[in-house]
Amino acid sequence: MTEPLLQIQGLTTCYGESRILRDVDLQVQGGQMVCLIGRNGVGKTTLLKTIMGLIRPQGGRIQLAGRDLLALPPHRRARAGIGYVPQGREIIPRLTVRDNLRLGLEARPGGLARHDRPDPQVFDLFPALATMLERRGGDLSGGQQQQLAMARALQGRPRLLLLDEPTEGIQPNVVADIEKAVRRIMDHTGVSVLLVEQHLHFVRQAHTYYAMQKGGIVASGPTAGLSQAVISRFLSV
Amino acid sequence: MTLLLESLFNGAAIGSVLLIAALGLAIVFGLMGVINLAHGELMMLGAYTTYVVQSFFKLPLLEPLFGAYIFVAVVVAFLVSGLVGLLLERTVIRRLYGRPLETLLATWGVSLILQQFVRTVPLAWSTGLWLAAVLGLAGPLVVNRLRGPGQQRPWLLRLGSWVVAAGVGVTAAGWIRSAMPKLARASARNVDVTAPRWLRGGLDLGDWTLPVPRLVILALTILAVLAVYWFLNRSLWGLRIRAVTQNRAMSDCLGIPTQAVDALTFGLGSGLAGVAGVAVSLLGSVGPNVGGDYIVGCFMVVVLGGVGNLWGAVVASAGIGVLTDVIGAGRLLEVWPQMPAWLQQGVEFFATTSMARVLIFALIVLALQVRPAGLFPQRGRMAEV
Repeated sequence: MTEPLLQIQGLTTCYGESRILRDVDLQVQGGQMVCLIGRNGVGKTTLLKTIMGLIRPQGGRIQLAGRDLLALPPHRRARAGIGYVPQGREIIPRLTVRDNLRLGLEARPGGLARHDRPDPQVFDLFPALATMLERRGGDLSGGQQQQLAMARALQGRPRLLLLDEPTEGIQPNVVADIEKAVRRIMDHTGVSVLLVEQHLHFVRQAHTYYAMQKGGIVASGPTAGLSQAVISRFLSV
Repeated sequence: MTLLLESLFNGAAIGSVLLIAALGLAIVFGLMGVINLAHGELMMLGAYTTYVVQSFFKLPLLEPLFGAYIFVAVVVAFLVSGLVGLLLERTVIRRLYGRPLETLLATWGVSLILQQFVRTVPLAWSTGLWLAAVLGLAGPLVVNRLRGPGQQRPWLLRLGSWVVAAGVGVTAAGWIRSAMPKLARASARNVDVTAPRWLRGGLDLGDWTLPVPRLVILALTILAVLAVYWFLNRSLWGLRIRAVTQNRAMSDCLGIPTQAVDALTFGLGSGLAGVAGVAVSLLGSVGPNVGGDYIVGCFMVVVLGGVGNLWGAVVASAGIGVLTDVIGAGRLLEVWPQMPAWLQQGVEFFATTSMARVLIFALIVLALQVRPAGLFPQRGRMAEV
């Protein structure tokens, strides 16, 4: 097998005294979608934040295409090819949609100085954004912000996209749109996706799943073999 | 009518001094949330820089250009205070982000250090020291730019440039000591900046005269505000600064070098303090304590205008300026000569500079009770109050 795009070994993270991540091993192959499931508070978001560099782990290693990431600050990891769509979207509120998108270009080689206009391809994926370029990001609805957050992450042409509960707090009819958008993003760009998700339908789109409990990986395998027993144990619905 | 105009102009003049002093703070405190008590001392450095630049222009070689020294002083003061601010951020403030009390104490300490520094170190040596710092820091960058990176021994390059820089600094200081004896001795006493001839006197407009220095400060302030507005809203670094100040963690995840943005923002705010120092040097003599006279007013402007809001600072300083003139000059008496005796006494009581200040600060405190987030708070879905 070829070298995995993302390789995590023995990752351990603590907040003060309490261990949030225990000895996590995880792999994402190029072009794959990997889903991380588990109930609330088992450390899924912490794992994504640790991969992004927002949280410093106590031990273990994270490699992106063979390159060690642990010593790098978040902005260097973004430039190394990780796009991050966090829980809560984290749109910069008092900047326009256009400027939010432009900031996504910063992760490309040369950054904003080399690229100044948002890549028009994202408007194929999210046509709604094209009509609201001059509105302030903070004034968009939750679903629009989610689309903006994904479009922004794609501006940097990442190799790996981290999606943290992209359907959380979104109306049910928009959930399907977001699901479709993620599929289309993968087909268009060949990006790999590491997804944290609660919606079963969305989870089944992934190639591989990892189930977390109390900060550790307790089960994993292809989603095709995701049995009802595993689902009822690890998904909160 | 004339009275109104006069009051407006005087208010604008007072306000423009306040604003130019507060502009840098509006960036450092308003955008970054760093309480920098050394801001006044950065202004003081700018004022002393004006004095040093002026001394250079008194040398026979530059004497004919003396009238233009003020423009050179603005640029040099920006660079001097900006560099000191940059060093301050790199060495002290960067370690204290998110800890306002510690920042407050640390920057207060820095302000005391800077004050004592100008008292004890002769200006000749300060100039040499600054030159050496610039050369030492810029040397490796320039060499890398010329020869391309990938040096075999980067430490050798750094050491070399510091040695050269130290040599240049010492030589420059020695030369300044001999050429400009006034700068050779340290002094705690105030120094006076001599305004060039075109800056003295007033502009006659029939009934009243406009003092030229105030006009120049007004123009300088307008220029500075426009430049800052352009930089923050139109330039790439401005976009990065706005992103980082609104959501630091996410900006980092998007690939924005947040530490560089912090350093640049702080350097810019400090540089503006230096420009303010040039303006202040036109109004009176320059001493180690000159910064303290302005720091409270600066914070008032920023808080009253609404933290993080540039236009708020503009309006607040203009308002404070006009109020200072109306109260401090007892204008109400001129408008309404037959006011009751008790009110008249009250107006006269506050019609001095210091009492007007007391009343205005009291009014600001009251205004903040009604509008705690300032005159122009941030609005919108995601506004934090």
